[in-house]
Order: sequence, then structure tokens, then C-alpha cells
Amino acid sequence: MSTNSAAQAQAAAQKSARRLPPELNIFLVLIGIALVYEVLGWIFVGQSFLMNTQRLTIIILQVAVIGIIAVGVTQVIITGGIDLSSGSVVGMTAMFSASLAQASTWPRALYPSLTDLPVIVPLAVGIGVGLLAGFINGQLIAKTKIPPFIATLGMMVSARGISKWYTKGQPVSGLTEQFSFIGTGIWPVVIFLVVAVIFHIALRYTRYGKFTYAIGANVQAARVSGINVESHLVKVYAIAGALAGLAGVVTAARAQTAQAGMGVMYELDAIAAAVIGGTSLAGGVGRITGTVIGTVILGVMTSGFTFLRVDAYYQEIVKGVIIVAAVVVDVYRQKKRKT
Amino acid sequence: MVSPTTMAAVRASGAIPNAEYLLSAEGIRKEFPGVVALDDVQFKLKRGSVHALMGENGAGKSTLMKILAGIYTPDQGEVLLKGQKIRLQSPLDALENGIAMIHQELNLMPFMTVAENIWIRREPKNRFGFVNHGEMNRKTAALFNRLNITMDPQTQVRDLSVANRQMVEIAKAVSYESDVLIMDEPTSALTEREVAHLFTIIRDLRAQGIGIVYITHKMNELFEIADEFSVFRDGKYIGTHASSDVTRDDIIRMMVGREITQMFPKEEVPIGDVVLSVKELSLKGVFHDVSFDVRAGEILGIAGLVGSGRSNVAEAIFGVTPATSGTISINGKEVDIDSANTAIRHRMAFLTEDRKDTGCLLILDILENMQIAVLQDRFVKGGFVSERALTKVCEEMSSKLRVKTPNLSERIENLSGGNQQKVLIGRWLLTNPRILILDEPTRGIDVGAKAEIHRFVTELARDGVAVIMISSEMPEVLGMSDRIMVMHEGRVTGFLDRAEATQVKVMELAAQ
Repeated sequence: MSTNSAAQAQAAAQKSARRLPPELNIFLVLIGIALVYEVLGWIFVGQSFLMNTQRLTIIILQVAVIGIIAVGVTQVIITGGIDLSSGSVVGMTAMFSASLAQASTWPRALYPSLTDLPVIVPLAVGIGVGLLAGFINGQLIAKTKIPPFIATLGMMVSARGISKWYTKGQPVSGLTEQFSFIGTGIWPVVIFLVVAVIFHIALRYTRYGKFTYAIGANVQAARVSGINVESHLVKVYAIAGALAGLAGVVTAARAQTAQAGMGVMYELDAIAAAVIGGTSLAGGVGRITGTVIGTVILGVMTSGFTFLRVDAYYQEIVKGVIIVAAVVVDVYRQKKRKT
Repeated sequence: MVSPTTMAAVRASGAIPNAEYLLSAEGIRKEFPGVVALDDVQFKLKRGSVHALMGENGAGKSTLMKILAGIYTPDQGEVLLKGQKIRLQSPLDALENGIAMIHQELNLMPFMTVAENIWIRREPKNRFGFVNHGEMNRKTAALFNRLNITMDPQTQVRDLSVANRQMVEIAKAVSYESDVLIMDEPTSALTEREVAHLFTIIRDLRAQGIGIVYITHKMNELFEIADEFSVFRDGKYIGTHASSDVTRDDIIRMMVGREITQMFPKEEVPIGDVVLSVKELSLKGVFHDVSFDVRAGEILGIAGLVGSGRSNVAEAIFGVTPATSGTISINGKEVDIDSANTAIRHRMAFLTEDRKDTGCLLILDILENMQIAVLQDRFVKGGFVSERALTKVCEEMSSKLRVKTPNLSERIENLSGGNQQKVLIGRWLLTNPRILILDEPTRGIDVGAKAEIHRFVTELARDGVAVIMISSEMPEVLGMSDRIMVMHEGRVTGFLDRAEATQVKVMELAAQ
């Protein structure tokens, strides 16, 4: 009798454990990191880390661009692929969109006849160029069957080259107020959250999402089930490219200038955000909600270091350790659930 | 408790007298979260004998085998090797104690040679500490010679057929000079001739005093090779008997705990018009001039040895690997099937041969696995999936097919083979197919689930679906088919009607 009820209790516990969203763990990690900073803050700096709205806003603001990229990269990783080109695409699209967002009052406009254009033009061009880069990534992967790592590595190098070639290394400045507005205040965060909500819904409730997971889980089974794997992959990479393009526009708008070196290493931060958020590099697993939390963790980490006045060199060292630790914890958790 | 190294030393010295049993296990209990996989189970293996483990999937035989091979440690009970209590901590530990296991999934490294695979971790070295490849190849050749295997030790494993890889695995296990050899369904990928060869090797090893634990789902193998067998059901030990003492029906009764009155519930149903017509279909270098018709309500069996091109024909018809010439017509109209997507639009369905590789989305749940094919054209509005309606249909399908699971959000990898197969069948039934291609629909599936799957196929035929069923299991082909097409080396060698088909006639056409 007692063993019976114990078994029932165990079964019930398992059932409820299964119901909990998988993001809960990573959310607890986020809270944990924040609390550690809170305590360290009172000890070493003599002030609160969390009770500072301005700081919290800046945290999200700083990672909004990474977050926008990470939403696209998450989808790519769910298919079992990877996108290394997003940082360079940010640089390239920042340059292209900024060059069409210059004010006529600026004396050294790149295209003097194309100044004071409505904001939709640079926005569309930025997203469009990103989409094109992603489309090329997808075509390469689908048609030539080269590994995504290589295809997007090529794009990473070439897109950075294009950004430098475009103005021979000169920054693009004198942007219209309308354009810069995209990067001011809370707007980057709003754009990030809107993008996150859209693709959260797309992944969970649309055919696009179901096929994305299916391809990542077992590409051969997906193909036999009638999914046109090649065209679907092109879509996923194109979307990731378009989101990197959007991130490029936001970056240029926020800085009120574009430089060829923008977005360097962003691809790795975006991948880190996705992976910390529970996306599996093996494919088939991942959620946008997790990625959003992963992005915020990256932001909190950086902001906390600055808050504690930790040397920038140490920051990078510790950041690397935390990224790996987060994934190690996740791997162990997965293993425990399996056996 | 004796440490493995001392144990190995003692074993080598021959100091231990021959215990009555080579390997025995008593009172074994193993729990996994939520399941008792084994409950007070016993097992006794005699020296120089082949002992089969029988039971439905999920009966506990795999768990027991993994305990004997050191992959799992039991929660309770003890394992005795030649009368000495041992507690194995790892497969390596088991190997050092003289227990080798041949896994169902082949664990070979494709880009290394046969010899390198066999002697890995034990490579003969020269005086500089480098691997002595000449010596290693000679040792491999000697081993192959002893087992009567003809294979070049220097071939890369990726260039070998599945059957030859299986032979390498067996040679590798034998090379450890083990006392106990555990084989997990070793014949599932072998042709009849290779099975015969394997059985010769097994008899040879048995004559040398080696004890062999043999797991199989195939009843005829049990009678052919096993001296004794033990039956398990739902994690419990049912009994051990000499295989000469029992009949097939006895064993089935022990395994399922109930009588299966009819293994193949084939019904005579009215046969309609030709639905699928294949004419002179060829895939260069693989199969040639394959022509056949399938009618509504008809079950066309395709028999032939592994490698005869059966599965390739199915893949070509379904557009997975389109044919290079020939025509396919559906309801009298010629169609061009260039992808699985097109095939599904023509209301075809294809249950593939390999559940793991081309069937299951292992890390996804039952619901996601079941709904993926039907999403091609139904339950989608403006890109959005009609979640509620689809879930309801999947739940109905799941209970109709009697998938054993607490809920549909269970990952499919946690189900038994039979239940996985039912989910995949459900995936295709949701698409309302009029042509259903089944490739080895019951491979590696327990007797109970097998009978259920046969019943579903019969029902589908009754509903007017044209069924093509590829199977290596002779009783299944003979029992279920209205007509049998036999293939050999990429060509159709003949058709047999249900009335005239016998095992001998099929084999004559298949082996030529």
C-alpha cells in the first residue's frame, strides 16, 4: 500500500515536472546571476544592482540588437545548422541602409541625389540586403550540400569585405533624424520584443515552425514525410539574414553613423544567447522564449561586471566560462531526464 | 566482491573449478524512474550452450542483457560468473571478465579499417610504441580464417555491407576470447546465406565451450540454434525450457500470456480496379525493368533478399530517389513523382524500413511525430496549424492504434519499437492514403504489436487501400499477401498467387 502510494506520488511529481516550461531552469539561472550581483553590489559598491530602472533599461537596450539576431539564429540552429555570418551582415546592412539615410544638410553624403529619403527606404534596403545574404547562405547549403558552417563562414568574410569596400573604409554619417529615431529610447527593445513574439508564434503555431523542428530532429524522416527540406532551409536562412539586416539598421540608427567594423563578433553572442537559452546545437530543440532569456543573461552579465567595476579583461574571461557552464548544466539536466 | 583485474587473473590461471553454470543472475531488480524494468529476474547460462532470451519489446530482456554486459548495474540481486559473484561497472569491465556483447546498432568506426576496428585499444605495437599494422592485419586474417570469413582486413568499414559489418562485430567479440557472448538480434540485417554462416560460427563457438546469450524475435531461429530459452514478460521472469520441448504456440503463449488465435488475420476482401501501375521502372545500377500493378484492396507482397532492390523500388515510387526511366500511373493516369511531397499529394504513404533513420523524429513528442505528414495539405489555415482539431484527430488515431503511452506529449524515443511503429503508421493513416507502401512493417517488433499491425493492414485493405508490403519474414509475406512479387539482384524474378505461394517457391525465385 505504502509503496503503491509512493509510486503514485512519484508519477505525479514526474507529470508535473513535465508540465513546467523548459525555460524555467534558465530563468532561475538569470534570477540567480542577478541576485549574486545584488549581494556583491551591496558589499563592494554599496548600492543595489536591481533597484535601478535606468540600469535595467540599459541592460535590455544593449542586448536588443544581439537579441534580434539571436531570434534568427535560433531558428537556424533548430534546423541543425549554424549562421556565422550575422555579425558581418550587421556591418554590411548598417553601411547600406545608412548610405540611403543621409540628410541633405550633410556635406559629404555618399549619394548626394539620394538624401532625405523616407525612412522606409533605408529600412527596406537594410532588411532586403540581409535577406539576400541569408538567401545566398540557404541556397549554398541546400544546393551544394556544403556544411552550414562553411557556407556562412564564407558569407561572414565576404560581407565584412563588402562593408569595407562600400565606402573604402569611411564611416557613413549625417543620418536623418527620422532614421536615427529607430535607435533612440526604448525603440530597439520594442523591435526586439516584437520580432521575438512574431517568431515565437511562428515556431510554435505554424507549419513553418513544425517543419523547422522536424528537419532538425531528423532530416531524412522530414523529407520522407513530404517536407521540401531544401526550400525550407532557404527560408530559414533568409529569415535569419533579414533579421541580421534589421539589426544592422538598428545598430546604425542607434550610433547615428555606420562603420564597416560594426557587429564584429555579434554572431557569437547571438549563438551564445540561443544556446544558453536551451537551443541544442544538435538541432530539433529550442524556443524563442529561452533565447530571449539567454539574451538578457548576456546583458545582465556585462552590465553587472561594469557595475562591480570589474576589469574588462576579466569580463571576457568570466563570460566565456559562464557560457560554457550554462550549457554544461543543461546537458546534465537533459541526461538526467533521459535515464 | 572481487576486483575485475584479480578476477581476470584468477580466470587466466584456471584456478576456479567449473561451476555448474557459466553465468547466472538471481533476484535481479532494476528500476528506472517510473518503471520497474526487471523484477526478481533470474537467468542461468550453461557452458557450451546457446540460450535465447524471448519476450515482447519492453519485457525486460534488453535490460537484463545490459546488466550482464556491464552497461547497467542492478538495483538488487547478484550476477555470478563461474560461481563467483561479480559486480560489473562498465562494458569494459565486462569484457575483461570475459563477457562480450554484440550490439544491435553496429558500433564500428566507418573511416577505420576492419583490422583497426577489431583491435582498437589493443593494437599490437612495435618497439617504438607505434602501431604495428602488419602484425595487426596478420592477426585479423588469422581470426577471419578461424571463423571462415573472407574479408580483407585492410578494407575501410564504410565500404562494407551491413552484413559484413555484422561479421566484423562478431569477429571482434570473438577476438576477446570471451567465455560469454551476448548477441542482440544478430540476424536482423543478414540474408539467409549469411545467417547460415553465422549459425555455423555460433555452433563452432558453442563446441569450444563458450556460452552464448541470443536475443531474437524470430521463432524459427530459436528452434534452429538455441539449446534453451528463457521467457520474460513485463519485467518478470516467466520460465526456462529446452527448445526441443516446446512448440511455437507454447512460446507465444508464454510471451504474451494469452493465446493469439490468428497470427495473420488476412481476410478475403473484394479486389477493385488497378490503382497503381508501374511499368519498366529502372534506377540505373540498382534495379531494372520493374513492372507491376496493385489493385484497390489488394496486398502485394514484395519478397527478396536484402540487397535485391526491394526497398529501392519503394523509394523510387515514392519519389525519395526518383527512377531514371519507366512510368508510374495512378488510376490510369501517368504521374511524375519527383519527391515525397508529390507522392503524398497523389495520396501515397510510405512506412520506411528504418524506424530510427528515416521514420521517427526521435527527440520530438508523439503528437509532433504523428502530425508531420498530414500538415502538407490539411489542418493548416494561412500557415497556422489548427492545433486543437489536429490534436483531437491524433488522439483518436492513437487510441485506435492502441499506442501505449500516458499522453501524446511523451517523446517518441521513450516508446518501445512496436509503439513507435504504430505512431508512424498513424502518421500515414492521417493522410488518408489510397496507396500504402510498407517496408518491413514489423521488423524488431514484439509478437503482440505485430499481430495488431497485421490487423490494421487487413482493415486498410478492406477499406480499399492498395497495399504494397515488403518483408524479409517469410511467414508474414505468405500470410498477408494476395500476390507476391519476388526480386533478385534488382530484377523481378516472378509473381506468385496466394494459393500457389510457398516458402520454397519464394526462396527459389529469390535466390535463383
